[in-house]
Formats: sequence, C-alpha cells, structure tokens
Amino acid sequence: MLNLYDGALDVPKILKEWYEEEVQSNYGAYIPFVGTVRSEGGIDGLSFDIYEPILKSWFASWQKRAKEKGAVIKMAHSFGDVMLHESSYIAAVFSPKRRVALEFIDEFVEDFKASAPIWKYDLIDGQRIYAKERSTAIKGSGILGEK
Amino acid sequence: MVRVEFLGPIQKEALELDIINLSELATILQKDEELKEWLENCAVAVNDTLMNSLECELKNGDKISLLPPVCGG
Repeated sequence: MLNLYDGALDVPKILKEWYEEEVQSNYGAYIPFVGTVRSEGGIDGLSFDIYEPILKSWFASWQKRAKEKGAVIKMAHSFGDVMLHESSYIAAVFSPKRRVALEFIDEFVEDFKASAPIWKYDLIDGQRIYAKERSTAIKGSGILGEK
Repeated sequence: MVRVEFLGPIQKEALELDIINLSELATILQKDEELKEWLENCAVAVNDTLMNSLECELKNGDKISLLPPVCGG
C-alpha cells in the first residue's frame, strides 16, 4: 500500500488504520518508521515534489520482495509543504517474526533514500530551496553528461 | 516526436524533439548551458523505465524524463 498526501501526515490515524488492517492477519511484528521534520539550518519546514509513475513501480518491486519473505510493506508520504515537527514519511513492515521486519525496514528505508523519485526543498523565509547537498543521484545517473 | 520532461528542481519547460535515440538527446541537451550541470547527475527514464545506458532507440510518442538527485523522507 502506497498513499500520498497533500501536506503533513496524520500519523496516529495512519498507524491506527494500518494496525487495524493487519491485526487479524497473523503477523507477529509491526515495525513502523516515522520521519518528522526537525528544526535545523533555520528552516520553517520542508516541501516535496513526487514523480508518481516511477515511485509506484519502485514501490511495487519492494512489495514483491516483501511478499517473498511473507511480509507486507506500507508507505505514506507527503507532497507539498510540511512544517516543523510535522511528519512527511511513514513506512511500516508487517511480518510473521520480528527479525525479518527489522531487517526489511532498514533495507527499504535505505533504498527509499537512494532511489525513490522524491525531491526535497527547505522552506526558509518564504523561499523553496532545493536540498541539493542532502540529495542522492539515482543509480545509473549521468549517462547524458559529457564523456 | 518525443517529449522530454524535466522533473523536480530543474526549472525547465518540457521539450518536443525529433530524435531517434538517447545519444542524439545527449548531444542536444549538452549544448544547453543551464542544463549542463544537471546532466552529470540526472537519471533518465524512457516511458517511466530507468535507463542504464544510451543504447536505446526512441519511437514517436515516447516520454523521456530527467530525474535529478532525490531526497525523500
């Protein structure tokens, strides 16, 4: 399950919904990761652009990997503005046993950071500034550059 | 004609180009001063599939996307 929201995530509501969706599914572990905007570098908040078609296919490949391990993965992300101390990202894994879920959430979030087509901007004094220094080039980047 | 879209922070309008492969696209985009810096670290997708090389023939109606470095979460 992949859900995108305009603005900040309602974390308690989403975590509760996911819990209720799977509580009867006989999973022994539910491991959520919640990303919250924190105060640093004088920002008022963050803003996000998302390219949905590739995000969906990327997420589908992870759903397949989760299924192979008997697990389920869910993700929610914001687009647009998310202010300080609000949350923009939740990922969660449900699995029969905790070890699979703990390892899987780690691998998933790392690949999310490196591959998911989402762009982050700092909101400072009403300006939206691309977080270039904190961004990662997707694997295979640069093929159009000069050789 | 193929359509070339620039995603995220690349502030550039989409282009319609009459080209038959990605090598031609590279040659055209490298002449654009404002794009030069982006080309070094952009990923390229053809019809929403990421490409690993320029060995890709294009056909009429294809959509090409340039994806600059990402940072979700």
